[in-house]
Amino acid sequence: MRKRVVFLFCVSVFLSCIIGFIGCVRKPEKVTGITVWYWMTDRQDAFIELAEIYEKEKGIKINFELYAPSDAYTQKVMAAAQTNTLPDVYGILGEKRVFASFIKAGHVADLTEEMDAENGKWGGVFFSKALDVNRFLPDNQFGVKPGIYGVPIDVTNIQVLYNKALFRRAGLDPDRPPSTWKEFIEAGEMLRAAGIPVLVSGWGEIWLIDCFASNYAFNIMGEEKVIATIRGDVPYTDPDWIRVFTIFKQLSEKGLLAQGVVTMVNKIAEQIFANERAAFSFNGSWCVNVYKGMNPALEYGAMLPPKISEEHPMAIWGGAGSSFMVNAKSENRRDAMEFLKWLTDTKQQVFLAKSTQNLPSNKYSLTEIPPILAQFVDDMDRTTHPSILPVAEFPGVTEALDKGIQSIITGEKTPEQVAKEVQNVKEKEMKSQRLAR
Amino acid sequence: MVAKARVKTFFGNYLFVLPALGMFLTFSVYPFFKVFQLSVYQWDGVMPTMKFVAFSHFKDILFRNPIWWKSVWHGVYITLLALTFQNCLAFTLALLVDRGIKGRKIYRVIFYLPPILSGIVVGLIWNWIYNGDYGLLNYALKSLGLASIQRAWLAEPKTALTSVAIAHMWQGFGWGFIILLAGLQNIPRELYEAARVDGANTWQALRRITIPLMVPVFVLVSILTILGCMQIYALIVATTGGGPGYHTEVPVTRVISSMLGQSQFGYACAMGIVFGLLLLTVSMIQIRISRRIKQE
Amino acid sequence: MKNSVLFYRIENVLGWIRDHFFLIVISLSCIFPLVWMFSSALKTQATVFSDMSLFPAHPHWENFYLAWTRGGFAVYFFNSILYTVTVVIGVVLIASLAAYAFARLEFPGKNIIFYMFLATLMIPLPGAFIALYVLLMKLHLVNTRLGYILIQINGGLALGIFLLKTFFEKMPRDLEDAARIDGCGRFAIYWRVALPLAKPAIAVVVIFNALTVWNEYLLAMLLLTNRSLMPLQRGLMVFQGAHVTQYPLLMAGITITVIPIILMYLFMQKYIIAGITAGAVTG
Repeated sequence: MRKRVVFLFCVSVFLSCIIGFIGCVRKPEKVTGITVWYWMTDRQDAFIELAEIYEKEKGIKINFELYAPSDAYTQKVMAAAQTNTLPDVYGILGEKRVFASFIKAGHVADLTEEMDAENGKWGGVFFSKALDVNRFLPDNQFGVKPGIYGVPIDVTNIQVLYNKALFRRAGLDPDRPPSTWKEFIEAGEMLRAAGIPVLVSGWGEIWLIDCFASNYAFNIMGEEKVIATIRGDVPYTDPDWIRVFTIFKQLSEKGLLAQGVVTMVNKIAEQIFANERAAFSFNGSWCVNVYKGMNPALEYGAMLPPKISEEHPMAIWGGAGSSFMVNAKSENRRDAMEFLKWLTDTKQQVFLAKSTQNLPSNKYSLTEIPPILAQFVDDMDRTTHPSILPVAEFPGVTEALDKGIQSIITGEKTPEQVAKEVQNVKEKEMKSQRLAR
Repeated sequence: MVAKARVKTFFGNYLFVLPALGMFLTFSVYPFFKVFQLSVYQWDGVMPTMKFVAFSHFKDILFRNPIWWKSVWHGVYITLLALTFQNCLAFTLALLVDRGIKGRKIYRVIFYLPPILSGIVVGLIWNWIYNGDYGLLNYALKSLGLASIQRAWLAEPKTALTSVAIAHMWQGFGWGFIILLAGLQNIPRELYEAARVDGANTWQALRRITIPLMVPVFVLVSILTILGCMQIYALIVATTGGGPGYHTEVPVTRVISSMLGQSQFGYACAMGIVFGLLLLTVSMIQIRISRRIKQE
Repeated sequence: MKNSVLFYRIENVLGWIRDHFFLIVISLSCIFPLVWMFSSALKTQATVFSDMSLFPAHPHWENFYLAWTRGGFAVYFFNSILYTVTVVIGVVLIASLAAYAFARLEFPGKNIIFYMFLATLMIPLPGAFIALYVLLMKLHLVNTRLGYILIQINGGLALGIFLLKTFFEKMPRDLEDAARIDGCGRFAIYWRVALPLAKPAIAVVVIFNALTVWNEYLLAMLLLTNRSLMPLQRGLMVFQGAHVTQYPLLMAGITITVIPIILMYLFMQKYIIAGITAGAVTG
C-alpha cells in the first residue's frame, strides 16, 4: 500500500517535471509591439484599457508589464541595463545621478528634438517643472549632453493637509488655516488642549524629512544659499542651517508631533490622518486617492507649509511624479516616442487623472479633477525638487542630515551637534571627490 | 591493486556529491567571484566603466565607517537576545510537546504559524501593537495601571532595537521549535525508560540524556539563529526603516543603502564580503567548540 | 469520600491550567495575526483600520473571489505548486546524497568541499541577484521555468546538506553495518537505510524549502517576464500600490496563499514525529 503511494507520488512528480520542461523548451514568442515596464500598481487597469484603445486606433500592440514594489523594480531595471535587455519604454527611479549614469551608458534616448519640434508642440503641454526634472542643463555637474531625456506622465507636489472637522473641534476656523509658523504653533497648542495629535508624517522614510527640511531651508535662506551649500561654499554649520534644524527641535519639544513619527512609514501616517487621528499631515498629492479609499467622508484641505520668514518664498517639492524614458538601443524608438506623445495627450491625461486621481502632467487636462486636487495644482509654480537644481548633494550627506534630524526629534542630539556632523560628512565626501579627479 | 580499488571507491563516493557540487559550481561560484571582483572597483551599477580602487573600500569599511560597525553591533545584539530568549522558549516548548502533553498536535501546528506569515503581515501587526498613540501594547499598559511606561516603542532610541528584536523572535521561535522537536523525537524512548527504572527524576534525565544527545542539534539551531538574525532586513524596513537616526540599522540595510541608495555597487559588495567573513568566522568557532564538547 | 475526590479533581484542573497557561498564552499570540488577517479580509478599505471588531458585522466574502480573479491567482497557484514540488524534491535528493557522503563516506577534499558549501550559507551577498541574472542570460535560461527552479534548488542545498549531515552523523551505525553485511552497496544503504531513518530531518528540509519557495518573490520578478510563469507572490503585488494598498484584498490574497502551506505542514508533521521505530533498534 505504501509502495503504491510512493510510486504514485513519484509519477506525479515526474509528470510535473515534464510539464515544467515543456513550458520552458517552448521557444519564447517574439514579442511584437512596444514593451513598457512600469511600477505604479494603481494604474494597471487604466493602462490596460489605454493599450487596447491604442491598438485599435493605430494597430500597434502595447505590452504593459508591471513590476513592483519600487526597489524590486529598480533592481530589475539595473539587471536589464547590465545585460542590455532593457525594454522599449521604462522608468528610472532614484536620483538624477542615477539618471545621468543611464544616459551616459547609452540606455536613454535624447528627446529634445521631438519635444522642440513644431515650435515645442509636445514639450509645451507639460508643466514646466515636470519637464525640468527630466532635463539636463548646460554645464551640468554630471557631464551629460544638455537636453530632455524623459516624458512626465503625472505630477505631484507635497504640501500640508489639514482636517477641517478636527479644526472645528478645537475651536479653530477651518477656512483660515495657519499661514505663518507662529500661527501654526498657536493652532497646535489649541489642538493639544483638545487632545488631538497635531502633525503626522511618514518621517521614518528619510526623504520626507529631507523634503520638509528643504522647504524651510528655501524659506529661511533662499534658493541661492541652499545651492551654495550644496556646492560646498557655505557650511552646514551656518546659523541659517541651524535655524532649520531648530524647527524640528521646536516641534518635538512643544509636543506637536504625533507619537512615533520618527520611525513611521508613510502608509501608516496616511492611515492615521485618514482615520482622523491627527489634524495635520505632510504628504503628497497622491494622498487624495489614498484618503478617498480609506475614508471617503474625510473633510480636509491643502495648504503650504506655514512660513517662518518673509524674506524668501516658501518652496514645496514637486514636479514629475512618474516619468518614462525611451530605450536608446531599442529598434522601436520611433513607435515608442509616438506612443508616449499619445499617452500625454490631453484626452488620455484626463482619463488617467480621473481614473487614478493623480495630477496630470499635461497642464491642459485639469478639467475633471476633484476640487481638493485642484488645490494642489494652484501651487505648481512654487515647486522645486533636488532633481531640478543645478547641483546634487552627496547621498551620504543627505542621509546624515535626515538621520540627524531624527536624532534632534528624539532629543538625542542638539541642532548644533547635527550641523557639525553633517558638515564633517560633507568635507569627507568632498575630499574623496577631489582625490578621485 | 589496493590503490586501484581505493580510487574506484573514491570515484564512487564523489558521485554522491557530484550533483550538489555541479549546481554549486554553476550557480554559486559565479556570483561569488563577481561580487569579489566588483568589491575592488568603484562602480555605480550602470555605467559601462569602472574604476579600480584595490582595497580602499575594505580599508574604509574596516577603519573609517563607524556606522557599519554600529549596524553590526545591532545585529549582534538581536542575535544575542534570540540565542538566549528565543531558543530557550523554543526548547521549553519542544520539551513540553515531546513529552506528550495533551493537545500537543494542535500546539505543534500553532507554533509554526508565525514563520509562515509574510513580512507584510508581521510588519503591519507589530506596527499596530507598538504604535504610540493607539497601539495595543500601550492600551494594555494603561488598563493595567502602568500608563507611565507608555511610549512610542519603535521611535525612541532606547527601545526601538529591542522592540524590533522581540518582533523578530516572535516570528523566529517556530523554526527553532520544529528543529529541536525533530531532534528530541530522534532520541530513543528506551533510554528514558532505562533511566526511570534506575530511579532518575525528570531533571536528571534531562541533564544526563537529553542535553548531551542534543548538542549537535543545539549547535545547528544556534548557527541558524545567528545567520537568521544577522541577516534581518524586511522586518526592519517594515517597522523602523533603520531609524530613529541609526539606532536600528543592521548590516543588510547598510549594504542595500550603499547599493541602491548611494549607487556604490562596489562598496556594497565589499561590505557583503566583510559581513560574510564575520559570519563564517563565528560559525567556524561554533563548530569547533561543539566538536570539543563532543569529545568530552 | 466524595469531597476528597472533588478536591482532587479541582487540583487536577488547576494544575492542568497552570501547565497549559504558558502554552496557551503563546498560542494565542501565534493565532492572533491569522485571525486578524482573516477578519481584515472581510472588511472594506474604509473600515479595515477603524473597525476593531474581530468579525465584522457585514462580512464581505466576495473579497476572496475578487482577490482570486484580480490577482490572476489560477495560473500563479499552479506555478507556485509546480515550483515548490520540484524544488523540494530536487533539494531533498541532491542534498541528502551529498550529506550522506560527507557523513559516512571518505574521499579526498571532503572537508574543503563541505566548508565551501557552508561558506555560501554564511556569506549572504544581498547583491548577488543581479549577478545571477547576468549568469542566466549567458545560459539562455532567463524567463524559463528551468532556470528559476535550478537557482532555487541551488539556494536550498547548503542548508539542506548542513541539516542532513548533522542527522546522518547522529544515526547509530548498527543498521548500516547490518545492511553492509547483507551485501548492500553504498547507494543501497543510503537509499534503504539512511534516508528512511532521517525522516524527521528530511521533513524539516521539506518544510524549510517549501516555505521559502512558496514565499519567494524577488527572484521571480527579476528572472521572469512572462506572466504565465509567475508564482503566487506576484499576484499579491497587484494589491500593493506605490501609494494605495488595497488592504482587504491583500489580506484575502495572503489568506489564500497561507492555506496550502499550513496543509503541507500538517501533512509533514507525521514525519517529524516518526522517530526511530522500536523494532529497528532492538531487532
